[in-house]
Amino acid sequence: MATVYGIDLGGRGPALQARGLSVYYGEKHAVQNVDLEIPANQVVALIGPSGCGKSTLLRCFNRMNDLVKTARVDGTVDFHGQNLYASGIDPVEVRRRIGMVFQKPNPFPKSIYDNVAFGPRMNGLDGDLDATVEESLRRAALWDEVSDRLDDSAYALSGGQQQRLCIARTLAVKPEIVLMDEPASALDPIATQRIEELIYELKRDYTIVIVTHNMQQAARISDYTAFLYMGQLIEYGPTETIFTNPREKRTEDYVTGRFG
Amino acid sequence: MSSTVGPGVLAAKRSRRLKEGAIASVLFACAAASTLVTVGVVAALLGETIGFFREVSLVEFLTSTRWEPMFRDRHFGVLPLLSGSFLIAAGAGVIALPLGLLTAIFLSEYAGPRLRRTLKPVLEVLAGVPTVIYGYFALTFITPLLRVFLPETEIFNAAAASIVVGVMIIPTVSSLSEDALRAVPDSLREGAYGLGATKLEVSTRVVVPAALSGIIASFILGLSRAVGETMAVTIAAGNLPNLTLNPLESMQTMTAYIVQASLGDTPQGTIVYRTLFAVGMTLFLATLAMNILSQWVLAKFREEYR
Ligand SMILES: Nc1ncnc2c1ncn2[C@@H]1O[C@H](COP(=O)(O)OP(=O)(O)OP(=O)(O)O)[C@@H](O)[C@H]1O
Ligand SMILES: [Mg+2]
Repeated sequence: MATVYGIDLGGRGPALQARGLSVYYGEKHAVQNVDLEIPANQVVALIGPSGCGKSTLLRCFNRMNDLVKTARVDGTVDFHGQNLYASGIDPVEVRRRIGMVFQKPNPFPKSIYDNVAFGPRMNGLDGDLDATVEESLRRAALWDEVSDRLDDSAYALSGGQQQRLCIARTLAVKPEIVLMDEPASALDPIATQRIEELIYELKRDYTIVIVTHNMQQAARISDYTAFLYMGQLIEYGPTETIFTNPREKRTEDYVTGRFG
Repeated sequence: MSSTVGPGVLAAKRSRRLKEGAIASVLFACAAASTLVTVGVVAALLGETIGFFREVSLVEFLTSTRWEPMFRDRHFGVLPLLSGSFLIAAGAGVIALPLGLLTAIFLSEYAGPRLRRTLKPVLEVLAGVPTVIYGYFALTFITPLLRVFLPETEIFNAAAASIVVGVMIIPTVSSLSEDALRAVPDSLREGAYGLGATKLEVSTRVVVPAALSGIIASFILGLSRAVGETMAVTIAAGNLPNLTLNPLESMQTMTAYIVQASLGDTPQGTIVYRTLFAVGMTLFLATLAMNILSQWVLAKFREEYR
């Protein structure tokens, strides 16, 4: 049975398992020897002060760090028993299975429909494109707001709608895992709440890893929380434990707002 | 209480407003000057052009297929010159637009910073070579080469002119297109990579479409340069007004005719003198039409992409 730091995951196998994961930017050791297990169909929050390596760690999970020329990754990340960093693994294929939503909404300068259809078209979709687009928009809780203007430019949407469009765009590729890097940090409270509700809905079908700066948000939406500090994983466990009864003094100081 | 907002404060504000006003007027004067110059050029062309059309009917000018203003039996059909200009420019476009865009995509999306730093100056040198040298390059290198494969090629021919003009405008197309491609924010590239796009898919499906208006602008500018190009086409394509689609034959462009007529002995007031202005006006209108077309195309794409 899978465990995290001795904590029972309730029989759910790990969706991702990082072992001895290190990331260097040139000389800088940005993520240091991290062991982390992401349970399937759960929401895992990565928290920690700015610059501690949350984004860097998140980007290891779908090999987005490959795009950074100076970055070098050591260690392994297992996904269905296969190391994502083994030779012969195609990062393009990895990213189709493990999608990513970014901090700032980044829709393509195309129509709403074409944004969602982008991934399926690229992958030579088998099936009905209209149906895939509708299903993805429904899952992203955006369908009702845009169903009558799918041909409008994505730029005509509000920031919160754009971010849900980006989530829909990611879901349309049918990933198993969705990585989110502060997906609500550029949004107002109401749009943020919608994203949070959406994340809660999505975890039935997807595994979600989310970076957030917002403690309340981490507490509200995540099942497990990992606290990083200066590139190291300080503590990882059920969100409830991390927020109410952490083992480490530094974790307690951070979640209670005494530093960071 | 009103003494704290006394006249001194108001005076300072007025002087600032005067300064702002003066700067605005200077800027307006600069803008007006360039507009006036354009108007002046058109007016200068217009006077002699009207004189030309007093003697030659517009119908003959636009429909006759022969341009022989210097022969005893004169013909004033501009079509051979017009088609010469546009066929050579079109040929140049066939070469330069794809190559320029591919170069831009390579420089912007594929080349590392080191390679880019070496390649860009090379392209700029290409743009800086005097056009007369391109003309002799066409005449002494490209034409002989063409004749090896296609012996019927004439000494002066449109194909060689198209090829060198194409090479000449590649830097224009590639450098403007590259600017447009690099202006596309990285967040869009990351978004596409995050969906499992390959580098080629990111480039062709996201970056190029997002930069399309700038790319089209670079195409239009490149083609305008090709239409206006003078020295290289005069040397390479010769001076035979020839209404034909065969690129292996000699052709005369509007610009080449203007050179030829200006160099010859053309006393003011003669009809040959006035042809210069009629052809110049046609060239001006043709480039103007291209610019308007490009504005229209841009406006259309902009609507679609914003
Ligand atoms: N491309 C890069 N090149 C060099 N150093 C980098 C690069 N990206 C990040 N770093 C460094 O790596 C460390 C971790 O960065 P990272 O972006 O992962 O932090 P973060 O926890 O996501 O911070 P934030 O909360 O501000 O987003 C930082 O010290 C940062 O300066
Ligand atoms: Mg970050």
